[in-house]
Amino acid sequence: MAATAPGTGSDTATAAGAPRRLATVTPENLRRRYRRDRFMIGLLVLATAAVLVPLLIIVWYVVSNGISAVLTADFYTQDLGSPARALQGRPTGLGHTILGTMVVDGLALLIAVPIGVGAGIMLSEFPDHPLNPVLRVLNDTLNGMPAILKGLLAFSLIVKPMGTFSGISGAVALAFVMLPIVARATEGVLRIIPWSIREAGLALGLPRWRVVLNTVLPAARVGVVTGVLIAFARAAGEAAPLLFTSFGNNFFSSTPLRYLLGPVDTLPARLYSLAISPYREWHAMGWGAGVILLVLVIVTFVGTRIVTRQRRATEL
Amino acid sequence: MEPMPHADDAPATAAATPATDAVSNRVVLATPKPQDAGQGDARATVAAEAVTRLVTDRITVNYGKTVGVRDVSLAFRDKTVTALIGPSGCGKTTFLRALNRMHDLTRGVKVTGKAVLDGTDIYANGVDPVTIRRRIGMVFQKPTPFPTMSIYDNVVAGLKLVGIRNRALLDEVAERSLRQAALWDEVKNRLRAPAGGISGGQQQRLSIARALAVEAEVLLMDEPTSSLDPQSTMRIEELIHELKHDVMIIIVTHNMQQAARVSDYTAFFYEGDLIEVADTNTMFTNPREQRTNDYITGRFG
Repeated sequence: MAATAPGTGSDTATAAGAPRRLATVTPENLRRRYRRDRFMIGLLVLATAAVLVPLLIIVWYVVSNGISAVLTADFYTQDLGSPARALQGRPTGLGHTILGTMVVDGLALLIAVPIGVGAGIMLSEFPDHPLNPVLRVLNDTLNGMPAILKGLLAFSLIVKPMGTFSGISGAVALAFVMLPIVARATEGVLRIIPWSIREAGLALGLPRWRVVLNTVLPAARVGVVTGVLIAFARAAGEAAPLLFTSFGNNFFSSTPLRYLLGPVDTLPARLYSLAISPYREWHAMGWGAGVILLVLVIVTFVGTRIVTRQRRATEL
Repeated sequence: MEPMPHADDAPATAAATPATDAVSNRVVLATPKPQDAGQGDARATVAAEAVTRLVTDRITVNYGKTVGVRDVSLAFRDKTVTALIGPSGCGKTTFLRALNRMHDLTRGVKVTGKAVLDGTDIYANGVDPVTIRRRIGMVFQKPTPFPTMSIYDNVVAGLKLVGIRNRALLDEVAERSLRQAALWDEVKNRLRAPAGGISGGQQQRLSIARALAVEAEVLLMDEPTSSLDPQSTMRIEELIHELKHDVMIIIVTHNMQQAARVSDYTAFFYEGDLIEVADTNTMFTNPREQRTNDYITGRFG
């Protein structure tokens, strides 16, 4: 057996008289290749761990600190009130914050989804339209813009004219966060829908917009929903755009309309204010707000995974 | 179903072609509007009594600097099947897609020349491609059911999506179209099922039904059986035989046996030129051009 010199990739004769061939499958060579394979997989496992470990630490830290707060009924049914309530052990909670978050985030979705999906359709389906490049630049700019500037934008657009902080202005600020994400996700998913579906629709004598709305978009439904949920999860965690738009509130609003037209509390902004407060009781509630946010985001992402996976299963 | 071109079409064809090539003594379909000499000799024509509904006049399609097809002038008669054959890249599909303005959507594609349907040039200013495509339907190489719609909704998509909501009418159209496409009996009990759940052959017939539902008068078929098994292919070919009593069919095919089986006329394309057009019998037994002969006898392509 004419073994290759270690570490060389040169071709050698495998046996006397046998035809010369590349020594790619000698035992030694194979062993080295398997070793290298295991090494690379080890690196990948390390990289995965580097992502997962900090995540798990954060989740563990937040949950272990916040669990006592979120396991009380008062946390969901009471509003915060003054610090005295917490200090004296009277009922206090973040019910108004959770409600306010639902109102602001829900309204932001209502604003961002139609506009974002529309923008995504424009980006993907009408590449020759003169507004297309303009929209692309605007969308990319909006995507890269710091969230606090989006808050400032909503402040000058809505808070200043209205003369008051409001849920609406907070929703608009969050919509600015969601918009570019929804638009990009929609564009991306529309692009992978086979061109043949569009042609089939057009060949039936359907106008272009009909084809997009009734044949292409439904086919892309799952991807669009995924994009919307990602945008939602992203925006739900933003505090910066809400600081001077929805502002914050220690109480349930007096009327439902006041959630839109008056200052409302939101989880990220409240988390911040509780965390910088000087009261240990409020710190615990801040951790509780963190748990709720975390659950919201995780549920959203896991929901996304389930929706997409089910879809794939039915297609096969 | 008779596999070969219908014998009863032959006399009509002969009567419809007054111009014969003196040299080769074969049928030449001359242009309705004779072009100046030197424009090529493959010209389409029809006699006065034949119902010519679609005529192309020097259709040329350019992809940027590349020429897809060049100066194709052909005439298509009502209730006939015309096969477009030729090796890959010869321009037959490009030409077919020019007939219902499918090139409009592709950037960098330029179509010149005329395609006149019942006296109207579909490329004239002010002609809406949408109205053209309702009259000239298309069936693609791969079946293209709308994936999120039911079988029923697929068939009536062309009507429903332009605002026709009359249930009774839609039901009637759905049944008629599915019967015409020889699919009714197979799907009548599961019209609400997703269209993606039926076989490829059924999906292709569904695509045909969908085109018929908007009362297309011309059906363009771009290799409609190339992704189907022999059984489904046979069903589609039988269907073509039946459909030609109602509509005009222009079919692109790579399969010369198929062209011979289903078509009344055959046009041979080569490298972007229309080389020869004749009734299918003549084309396959006694072609005028050497290149045609070489192709149909399998010497190239």
